Amino acid sequence: MKEKNAVFTSRIVPYIYLSPTLIILIVFLFYPAWKSIILSMYRSNLFLGTRKFIGLENLKSLFTGPLAPGFLQVLAQTVIFSILVVALSLFISLFLAVQASKDIRGARIYRVLLIWPFALSPAIAATIALFMFNPEVGIVNALTGLSIRWLDSPVPTFFLTVGIAVWKNLGYSIVFYLAALQSLPKSPLEAANIDGATMMQRFWLVTYPLLSPTTFFLLFTNLIYSFFDSFAIIDMLTRGGPVGPGPLLDNEGITTTLMYKVYLDGFGGSSNMGFAAAEGVVLMVLVGIAALFQFRFLAKRVHYEG
Amino acid sequence: MKGKSTLWIRHLGVHIILLTAVFVTCFPIIFAIIKATQETHIVATASMIPGTQFLKNLDTVWNEYHLGRYLRNSFFISLWVAGGKIILSLFAALALVFYTFRAKKLIFAFIIVTLMLPTEMLILGLFELVSSQPASDLKSLLIWMFNPVEFFLEPTRYGFGWGDTLSGIIFPFMASATGVFLFRQHFLSIPRSLADSARIDGAHSLQFLRHILIPMSMNTIGALALIQFVYVWDQYIWPRIIIRRAANQVVQVGLNMIIATGESVQWSQVMTAVIISILPPLIVFSLLYRAFMNGYALSSEK
Repeated sequence: MKEKNAVFTSRIVPYIYLSPTLIILIVFLFYPAWKSIILSMYRSNLFLGTRKFIGLENLKSLFTGPLAPGFLQVLAQTVIFSILVVALSLFISLFLAVQASKDIRGARIYRVLLIWPFALSPAIAATIALFMFNPEVGIVNALTGLSIRWLDSPVPTFFLTVGIAVWKNLGYSIVFYLAALQSLPKSPLEAANIDGATMMQRFWLVTYPLLSPTTFFLLFTNLIYSFFDSFAIIDMLTRGGPVGPGPLLDNEGITTTLMYKVYLDGFGGSSNMGFAAAEGVVLMVLVGIAALFQFRFLAKRVHYEG
Repeated sequence: MKGKSTLWIRHLGVHIILLTAVFVTCFPIIFAIIKATQETHIVATASMIPGTQFLKNLDTVWNEYHLGRYLRNSFFISLWVAGGKIILSLFAALALVFYTFRAKKLIFAFIIVTLMLPTEMLILGLFELVSSQPASDLKSLLIWMFNPVEFFLEPTRYGFGWGDTLSGIIFPFMASATGVFLFRQHFLSIPRSLADSARIDGAHSLQFLRHILIPMSMNTIGALALIQFVYVWDQYIWPRIIIRRAANQVVQVGLNMIIATGESVQWSQVMTAVIISILPPLIVFSLLYRAFMNGYALSSEK
């Protein structure tokens, strides 16, 4: 299959065609990735321009010493934040995609209205939320009569950040579930129908397994989203704050994720780039583990083809 | 009769669920549109009655808060990156599918691995490389590059000197594993006879690309244009770090400065900026939606 279309032969031409892509990838992805790892072994200050090789000191100080509680808090927060965002996104988008793909009046209009927030950016979502959930002038408290401190009280702020992150990315997941639902093979569902399966049985025993390639794809993309694209939401909405309750959550802001902490430590007040790079290495490991799962799945192909 | 009415009730349930979901997804935007038109003393209330201040707000944010400039910058980088990615990926996929050569599998694996390397993850190394000043002369650059210990094992000494420039955003995003992957999948589905007859007619691979492949790949090109335009338009972390002067900032980060202008936040003006800045991706989205569904979301491989 792979070689079936290889009709042209040349020793040099394919490399010429590939070279712009390869050069960009090497110069702007692989080299900086490697240099980020190298940087984690230096004590380096962005503004002072000082550099000193200290080996694995930075990595060690993530887990022991005065900086460790803050890092571990952020690591735990990142895991909880990501699990919540991914699980809620997938569950809600699958549920809505199933509803919107039913044969009902106005289904097409529903689909478009559910999908289009895909074109919104995280920063836009955060800006609107900043206004809507403003405790003084926001419409949410005004209409509901609540007086929740959405932006500076730990628990509401954490869940608001999760909610906005989920809201922003629903359209993306719904697109893929809708597309997958539309291209499902008809025969297994019909067979289940004839066998007298109930609606719930049909969904969980037939439709859901058939959707598993899409679910896996979305699991990974949503995880990457929750790690990285949530940055703009956090930066605009909460700046990583507010500081959580003691004794475990009072070292850092409760909405500070690992990516946000890399930014704060590397480019914020302390500009300790080596330490930030060490945190970045942990982030790389997390993404690497997720990618490994993704690859294993791709290799196995959990397809249930009829 | 009974069957029909239960069906209707069941559908009523579906309608209620979907209407609620549509309300939750769309209300914030309707809210932003209405607030963008209201007078200053009404904006801070719960009133949802449209006002008449939109053009005045637009004039203020466009000219005084530099929204126009942020949008131009975002537009510029999004077009360059989306266009560049499409062209680079077309050529890479052309080589990977229609040529036989030795390092093919290795190079393909090398490209696909970058799917697991989001740019955000390497901002520290990338910042060093992009913002460090370039070597003053070629000789010192070469001396550095050919010293493996310094080049690979020490923090970056010379870079591109692109701190605070749009080039610093454009070039790091120029190549795309997604693009190469999508075009490769699409090219593999093209019948061999087409490529064969092109070769027998004496067409060079460039002519084959121009006259056969590109016209046959319009859905994939459209899908990729949409994905990449929106992707670059939404970029936030990297511009926030690499761009220092407001004049060179993109609109996503510029929103921060529009919020921070003045003593108290002028929400009607901020909402005006929000509405204007979602128009370009929305227009691209509506133009390329069909191509996106056919060329990406519905294709079996991603």
